[in-house]
Amino acid sequence: MTGPLDGGRGGGGGHGDDARDEARGEPRIPAPRAAGDDLTLSVPPFPLVLGAYEDEEPEEEPDEAAGGDVAGGDAMDGTAALCLGPGAGDRPADMTHNADDADAARTADPADTADTAHHTTGGTDTTGGTEAAGLSHSVLKSLLGAWALAVCSAEETAAVEVHLGECAACADEALRLRDAVGLLHMERDLDLDPLLRFRVLENCLGRRPARIPVPAWAAPYDAETARLDALLRDFGDSEWDAEVRLRWFEGDRQMTRSTSVAQVLGHLMAVDGLVAGALGLGDPLGTTAPPSPEERTEQFWKSAKQPLAPAVRQPWRGQSHTLIRTVSFAGRGVSELSVSYGDFSLALKDSLLDRAFECWIHAGDIADAVDYPYEPPSGVHLNLMIDLAARLLPHALAARRRAGLASPPHYLMTPGAPGRSLHLEIEGAGGGSWHIALDSPAANASADHAVAQVALEAAEFCRLAAGHISPEEAAAGQDGDREAIREVLFATASLSRL
Amino acid sequence: MAKDTPPRWDRRMQQRLARGEAAALGELYDRFASLVHMLAHRVLDDDEAADQVTREVFGYIWENPDAYDPKQGSMRSWVAKLTNGQAVHRLRQSGTAALTGGGGEGTAEELEQKVRRATVAARADYIVTSMPKPLRAALELAYRQRTDYRHAARLLGVTEDEARRRLRLGLQLLSTAHTRTLDGTPPPGHGPAPGYGRSR
Repeated sequence: MTGPLDGGRGGGGGHGDDARDEARGEPRIPAPRAAGDDLTLSVPPFPLVLGAYEDEEPEEEPDEAAGGDVAGGDAMDGTAALCLGPGAGDRPADMTHNADDADAARTADPADTADTAHHTTGGTDTTGGTEAAGLSHSVLKSLLGAWALAVCSAEETAAVEVHLGECAACADEALRLRDAVGLLHMERDLDLDPLLRFRVLENCLGRRPARIPVPAWAAPYDAETARLDALLRDFGDSEWDAEVRLRWFEGDRQMTRSTSVAQVLGHLMAVDGLVAGALGLGDPLGTTAPPSPEERTEQFWKSAKQPLAPAVRQPWRGQSHTLIRTVSFAGRGVSELSVSYGDFSLALKDSLLDRAFECWIHAGDIADAVDYPYEPPSGVHLNLMIDLAARLLPHALAARRRAGLASPPHYLMTPGAPGRSLHLEIEGAGGGSWHIALDSPAANASADHAVAQVALEAAEFCRLAAGHISPEEAAAGQDGDREAIREVLFATASLSRL
Repeated sequence: MAKDTPPRWDRRMQQRLARGEAAALGELYDRFASLVHMLAHRVLDDDEAADQVTREVFGYIWENPDAYDPKQGSMRSWVAKLTNGQAVHRLRQSGTAALTGGGGEGTAEELEQKVRRATVAARADYIVTSMPKPLRAALELAYRQRTDYRHAARLLGVTEDEARRRLRLGLQLLSTAHTRTLDGTPPPGHGPAPGYGRSR
């Protein structure tokens, strides 16, 4: 057990119990709160659980939290039952028994008590604590929370403590609130292992097979969007304010652009919108939106009246959930549905793979910006992403040729005929072996006609395909036709875009 | 993206799970996994055990979506209840196993205390995560950043009066973690959590 439970809580509990007993005997001034400064000294200043859940709020719908949940209904009932095991009445005797029973009776309606305090003290607190001695009972009572947390002025602290010697009701509440401070904790919640999601879902589906499964080709998109969403969960203001640097290749030049976390989400959402549109779902940019990912992104960024706010997380996540749900219901044929990106198009199953890849890459950009670690996708998914890149490479080579950036084909090809190829060997999790047709996308890349071999780590290949490193700096093992190798590496970088 | 009100989201999720929609299972996980894992970890203080409880809780929900009764409260509170029941069950099991192995006198009481403390801590965490955001924000400023309540009031854009009220109310809510647990502590060596007894 760590601090808050055994050390912190255990110690605090003991202390509280003693103090309670004192208070029952004769109300007197409790010792000044020890917790505050001790805690600051001994515990690293991680965000406590309070902060960690900030971002869950919008998802969790405010009225659930604000309404019935805490102020009387749901949470109380829910967690009261949560502790009610079988034979609950049969509890062992305990030192704190009496004190807590008494507390239970007094706790009847915290919202009410505080509300009363709120109304009765309205407008009387402008003294700034300097006239503490003259504070009314209701003001003193309203200060109990701040006192327990040791965040009021020295004069107020003194006035409250004098008062606690005179007012048994306030003394009882003061002890209870000070004990409650001990229940707050400063540990940062552990980031969930992304693989846990896979294992939990796999276990569920093993116990009860899905009647409407998520298609296997949508699984990488499902996993990557969930990973990014989980990364954002713990983000506070400073993380949302981080500057994210996007990098990609245009022609043979590396491009960079400085953006915000929210803008990156907006970018992902705008381009995911292409897939939504192809599926007949609402396009977030409207029906007249351009098909090119870059133009869509620019338009989306510009259309926002103010800089995109963290609130963009919800619509981004909502759209990705809707996409996954829709392709689950859509039946087998939908995987070949054509999704247009303007100057090229992809089958839906490849398009979602491309979206998964981009989601991972940009999640990595965001993680870099806030100095979080971010792992590559699972090997199975990574392999599918690399396979897509390998299939796109002959087209990328052809496009570079058309743009005069690559040398003309050595042979004019008859479609389907075996042609020169480059053997691409990808190492590590997700790796494999591919033959890239060099002379034409229509050619049959034949291992017998391999003129060169390139070996790359999976992660390095993906960094290159994402435009995060230049073809010159890619750590590639090379063998054979130098020109072919160079052109394939440049074509790989050209797969990247904003 | 229209936002569902919570009861509506809860009911719809239940229907989708009952229908066997794997995408719904993913969404359920995305919404509640961190809560489940955090509560289980608070009780068991062990990452692997918390992983295991997470697996069990989601497995149970996926197999028994009808066990959720929207009339009894939100799905979130139901999930928390299942988690706590399962985590405490595990804690008790491992503690009882240790007792049988070691065979010391008086340790049953220690185990009870351990269970009680763990439950209070988990309950406190749940209360904090379910608290209205303004209360959480005030507590965070005061507790984590050691911000004087007057300064906190300015940061939050509320009156000093309101800042005091929020701190007091937040702590009052949190303090109920103590009282409820004593009412509900099960005796040692008892069977699985209530939610699991209803499995069909």
